[in-house]
Amino acid sequence: MISITLKVNGSEQAAAVEPRRSLVDFLRYDLGLVGTHVGCEHGVCGACTVMLDGRTVRSCLLFAAQADGSEVTTIEGVGTDEALHPLQLAFQQHHAVQCGFCTPGMILAALELLRDNADPNDEDIRVGLSGNLCMCTGYVNIVRAVRAAASNGKAK
Amino acid sequence: MKPAPFNLLRPKSVDEALALLQAHGEKAKILAGGQSLVPLMNFRLAQPHNLIDLNGVEGLDPIRLDDQTLSLGAMVRQRDVERSPAIAERLPILREAMEQVAHPAIRNRGTVGGSLVHADPSAELPLLAVALDATFHLRSARASRSVAARDFYQGYLLTDIAPDELLVAIDFRLPPADCGWCCTEIARRHGDFAIVAVAVLLGCGRDRRIDFARVALGGVGPAPLRMIAAEQALLGERPGAELFRGAGDVAAQAVDPPADIHASSSYRRHLTGVLVRRALTTAASRVKGRAS
Repeated sequence: MISITLKVNGSEQAAAVEPRRSLVDFLRYDLGLVGTHVGCEHGVCGACTVMLDGRTVRSCLLFAAQADGSEVTTIEGVGTDEALHPLQLAFQQHHAVQCGFCTPGMILAALELLRDNADPNDEDIRVGLSGNLCMCTGYVNIVRAVRAAASNGKAK
Repeated sequence: MKPAPFNLLRPKSVDEALALLQAHGEKAKILAGGQSLVPLMNFRLAQPHNLIDLNGVEGLDPIRLDDQTLSLGAMVRQRDVERSPAIAERLPILREAMEQVAHPAIRNRGTVGGSLVHADPSAELPLLAVALDATFHLRSARASRSVAARDFYQGYLLTDIAPDELLVAIDFRLPPADCGWCCTEIARRHGDFAIVAVAVLLGCGRDRRIDFARVALGGVGPAPLRMIAAEQALLGERPGAELFRGAGDVAAQAVDPPADIHASSSYRRHLTGVLVRRALTTAASRVKGRAS
């Protein structure tokens, strides 16, 4: 077992993990943060996307021990039930959530996209989200929601 | 889906990593970005006993650019190559190649060295290494040595690296500053591995004749290939549609591509001709100072 300390959504966590414990399993089973979803477990679908030190990563391709000393942000750290993040509101308003399985990963990927490019065109949005699969194929509304969140951000 | 149990070794320096490699040899595997190795481990296609994680090692991530060379540390993230203003200015083909590597979250983690050593025959970084005559700097607890890209790639997922060696850096020799470039590929979906990928560099002298030509292909053999015959067909000639079509034909005839679930051999051969022609056309339009 390896002892690790890390910050998850702003709160300090200390744990002992098996080396093969993936970051996503650590988040879900050890911390109970089940908002991060597990899809393909080999880096293709993007459902498990989280931020590690401010960059999106596949949490199924990282071992929890590798996050030792890092800051992790999951969907639980983006907004709350009472106060949704503007991007989450945009997803709600534009019906960009169908079954919801890909949504947490989509939100995290879109957060990074909008942080790096406050005014993306549709092509930028599609490329930015290209690593996240929606098995409902609800891409059109997802792109629409991200575009709307970007425009709202500009208006503020 | 879980990897088989392993020991995670976390060296802090290159010397420590080399000592671990020497001690564990073939029973150890280097973990860089983990974007190829960890999927293999999750499927249990790879079951290393010891995983030597380079992510805590100091000094493996410099990006250095001088008049002749771009030198990248093995642990430079692909995303940082893509985002480097200096690379975009002096070696834009590398940036164009990075944008075709998987997706942002993969490039955030994936490393230059990891992709180069994994040696997927259709990956962009090995292709660029071959196109640009890159030099691989390897170290072991025994010695240090440098290997040219053409000697480094030996076959399908096969390189010249010994079990106790570590790639620490790679030097890309810079092409002439005013040359045109293009890295393009055909893949099923954006970010997938290329069915065929091509990297082209084109420079013209004062008389507008081609005096620098590089044509390299990925996905058409067990390792990336320089198309010397196509380069020879270009040198000394004036850029033009007919010339570029001819060079595409030369390349298509020179390859003996594999068939797999994604494409037949003849389709890959067809793509080779088309992509070489397209890439040359794009590269020619980007040659600086060209009056046309």
